[in-house]
Amino acid sequence: MTTLYTSDHEWLSIDGDVATIGITDYAQAQLGDVVFVELPQVGRALKKAEAAAVVESVKAASDVYAPITGEVVEVNQAIVDEPALVNTDAGGKAWFFKLKIADKGELGGLMDEAAYKAHTA
Amino acid sequence: MAEPAAAPSVSLKRTPLHALHVSLGGKMVPFAGYEMPVQYAPGVLKEHLHTRSAAGLFDVSHMGQVALVPKSGKVADAAAALERLVPQDIIGIPPGRQRYAQFTNPDGGILDDLMVANFGEHLVLVVNAACKDADIKLLQDALSDACEVQPLNDRALLALQGPKAAAVLAKFCAEAEGMRFMDAGPRTVDGLACYVSRSGYTGEDGFEISVPANQAEQLADALLSDDKDVLPIGLGARDSLRLEAGLCLYGHDIDTTTTPVEGALEWSVQKVRRNGGARAGGFPGADRILAQFDHGAARRRVGLRPEGRAPVREGATLFATADAAEPVGKVTSGGFGPTLNAPVAMGYVPMALAALDTKLFADVRGQRLPLRVAAMPFVPNTYKR
Repeated sequence: MTTLYTSDHEWLSIDGDVATIGITDYAQAQLGDVVFVELPQVGRALKKAEAAAVVESVKAASDVYAPITGEVVEVNQAIVDEPALVNTDAGGKAWFFKLKIADKGELGGLMDEAAYKAHTA
Repeated sequence: MAEPAAAPSVSLKRTPLHALHVSLGGKMVPFAGYEMPVQYAPGVLKEHLHTRSAAGLFDVSHMGQVALVPKSGKVADAAAALERLVPQDIIGIPPGRQRYAQFTNPDGGILDDLMVANFGEHLVLVVNAACKDADIKLLQDALSDACEVQPLNDRALLALQGPKAAAVLAKFCAEAEGMRFMDAGPRTVDGLACYVSRSGYTGEDGFEISVPANQAEQLADALLSDDKDVLPIGLGARDSLRLEAGLCLYGHDIDTTTTPVEGALEWSVQKVRRNGGARAGGFPGADRILAQFDHGAARRRVGLRPEGRAPVREGATLFATADAAEPVGKVTSGGFGPTLNAPVAMGYVPMALAALDTKLFADVRGQRLPLRVAAMPFVPNTYKR
């Protein structure tokens, strides 16, 4: 499994033709305490860079963008029920949604872990 | 996820506690022309809950402190002069007491909200940071015949808030525990010449302590030395605490377009200044404001409780029904209430929709989310009256 990153602080874990998407630990630290998460409907077709989910801290709302084009095949109800999971396990249990990848070519534009670390340094 | 907005490249002022905030790990952000801590390591949620359960120490030194010194030597003359600018009964504030007030404009709108304390020989005002220069000019222009307007620029202001605030402050100022809500005046705290009021803006029992700027860090260190009960708290939690307490934030919930009656601040205007009172009117916008007291205003600030989990934030438009085309009002403050573990908001609606429990809808990202008009404060206050 490969993990890739966007400059907007989403991570994607690629498993075959499905990408699991969340926000990075850096992003959750910037947001502060997450109190609400809104996820896309399963079956929704998302275009790359489209607003797909919303994550709200005590202070502000932020969009989570679809890093690539694809169809939503699963969402993580656990972070809707317990938004604080995003703060405690952003890179793991607090994934947001899974996309069936429409075009693997789009993955080429994303960062690997080293490049993302440099981006947030 | 979008990057947080970059800080504007303006030169920001610092309070006397700036170095302490940085050493305590405060996340510094621009606020009202100052570089202020928005939160510390525990984060807004824990800071908020700690203030409600123990005590929080806030730096509010960015706010303006001003002495109004009567040229005649009689505090009643300073009080009478200030009544030209505010709809409150200032003459009636006894020595050692404080009262909430608003500067109004000729349209009845609010230029700023403030605290006025009678120190026996002069008045001491606390005004909002963003308005303080305009407030001082207003005071100088309108009251110079009767008063010296003395900005207290060499003082810092700390707020100690929460159920343990009185016990903590009593270690440094034995008189603290005997003070009642809105008592105010000079007190010695940790050997320092302070002004103390039993007040604050969190809905909790607590104190605001004005201290000479060069001794502010000594006082803050002393109050924080009991590190189990007292934590430093940033502006993020200050905002969520005052929202749960149903208290207005100037520039958001009240401004030059809202009158004290529209802002649901009638309680702050004493009868003596209303029609039929001995000193009715005589303040800017009195015609409009007093007419609203007699006949009602067209709209009103109300508390709002969203029915779901989604916060409804400032700027969200309000609708009477799920499919109404025209909005009826707007949210002026909104967010998540950590004590309630639920979203809370306030906003303006037409009087016909201001009754408790009226169902409304807020537009949030294109969806109409249901909410209800609710009583404020959302969290009961614990003032020691």
